[in-house]
Amino acid sequence: MGDWRPYSALAAAQFRSAVAYRVSFMVELFGNVGATVFDVLTVLVLFRATPAVGGFSLREAVLIVGLSSAGFALADFLVGNVDRLKNYVRAGTLDAVLVRPLAALPQLLLMDIPVRKALRVVFGFVVLGLAVAANDIDWTAARVLLVVLTPLAATVFFGSIFVLSASLAFWWVDSGEIGAAFTYGGRDFTSYPISVYGGWFRNLFAYALGFGFVAYQPALALLGRPDPLGLPAWAGFLSPLVAAVAAAIAAGVWRAGIRQYRSTGS
Amino acid sequence: MIKMKDLRKDFTVRVKASRFRRKKRTVAAVDGVSLTIDRGEMVGYIGPNGAGKSTTLKMLTGVLTPSSGEVSVCGLTPVPQRTKLALRIGVVFGQRSQLWWDLPLRESFQLLRHIYRVPAADHASRLKRCRDLLDLDEFLDTPVRQLSLGQRMRGELTAALLHGPEVLFLDEPTIGLDVVSKQAVRSFLAELGATGDVTLVLTTHDLADIERLCERLVVIDHGRVVHDGSIEALHTRYGSRRTLVADLEKPLPDGFALPGADLTAVTANGHRVTFTLDSTTAGVAVAGLVAAVPVRDLSVVEPDIEDVVARLYAER
Repeated sequence: MGDWRPYSALAAAQFRSAVAYRVSFMVELFGNVGATVFDVLTVLVLFRATPAVGGFSLREAVLIVGLSSAGFALADFLVGNVDRLKNYVRAGTLDAVLVRPLAALPQLLLMDIPVRKALRVVFGFVVLGLAVAANDIDWTAARVLLVVLTPLAATVFFGSIFVLSASLAFWWVDSGEIGAAFTYGGRDFTSYPISVYGGWFRNLFAYALGFGFVAYQPALALLGRPDPLGLPAWAGFLSPLVAAVAAAIAAGVWRAGIRQYRSTGS
Repeated sequence: MIKMKDLRKDFTVRVKASRFRRKKRTVAAVDGVSLTIDRGEMVGYIGPNGAGKSTTLKMLTGVLTPSSGEVSVCGLTPVPQRTKLALRIGVVFGQRSQLWWDLPLRESFQLLRHIYRVPAADHASRLKRCRDLLDLDEFLDTPVRQLSLGQRMRGELTAALLHGPEVLFLDEPTIGLDVVSKQAVRSFLAELGATGDVTLVLTTHDLADIERLCERLVVIDHGRVVHDGSIEALHTRYGSRRTLVADLEKPLPDGFALPGADLTAVTANGHRVTFTLDSTTAGVAVAGLVAAVPVRDLSVVEPDIEDVVARLYAER
């Protein structure tokens, strides 16, 4: 690593490859916005039926969605295509990546940078901006820092989940869409106040797996609301820590996976 | 340059035992290979399908982690020092492209220059040499996906050499190529090997590649080295012999024999005879034959390496 030039050259090449097919590129670019729009629409529709969900008003809930989808869209844009790893492992084409003098993961990501998903990132951050404006936040230095750090920590967190679920392919080539339960499933989980979930399910996803710290706890801290589930206010500032732990685990699993790689006969 | 000591790679395969149960079984793809290859050597690595050729190559290039044993290439340990090693070796996997599918060949080369951090002047001179020797100019601006296999392989070779590697690994570089492209690839590699500063290891099923390029032949089977030496040494070991084929004006007299040679075939109503040379030279045998009967035409046939290798494979 260290020198960024090779990586930027790879990214530029990927962009030129993507626009080589012009029409399909434009269709995908705009088609992809749809996915993120629907995430937000779902929440809006839900609140048409009821004024409050899990003790949260529409404005507050949109803040949670905004934090979650801005982070997720950026992670999906940067890291999401690592789920193609299973194809590379199955076909043995990871060989070509491994004989180059660059780290394998950045190469894979840059070979596949999904330019078409760029608009989703823009949309996610627009929603976040609107949600921040719509809520009456008592701005302090800590909260300004929090509103900047949270989407970034969410990006790192979701990115780690993407890498973890893709790494399954090293051990289990037929891992299929199991990883999606944690990536896309995780995004859906974090889009709602976790007070709507019950019992062991909430404990597992929100606290044990850390999804509760992606958007819900930081949103509480931003709004200055006490946690109906009883966690102290500083829990909202834990998201960078949770993200760092997730990233460390993902890096370890990835490295172990590369050593496990079996290639294919040729 | 390359050292392997007791190198092993085991794979676990699951075999269906009954409808619901599967048995685990360990298969040794490479089973204790020890080899030393010096700088500038050109080594042909052959063996039947599944013998462990590609697996060995993948361990040498840092793609696969060995199960046990030691391996070093350019003084580096392939897997832990993978990216460092990658700067000093070139790799062509016949079935795996290093090029960017949707970009013109020229851009792939440009990209590789950045990836390997090659100074522009070195890059230009190496590319110039490859362009001349491999006739790249006519398709340099064509997207890789539109290249023929032969053109693409010439592109792959160039791609593997642009950073001036010390060792070049080629996994079946001529697979699927037509005769002309094969020739182009072979003479290019021969030229490269003649300079003496590139160590070349190639696996192939086409023994003509080996005959043309490699003084040293390593035959591997079931993950073990079964022969390591020159092609001549292989012939000596398996007693392959040259043959003398002669077209005669009239059949041989009854009871005719050449000392030190066996009459192995008589065809065309006795007008064509084949002697296998055992303990005599071609010159003595020809002289003996011409003295006995008028000869219209004759040829001395070198032993066929394909036959020798086929016998080697069949022994297992």
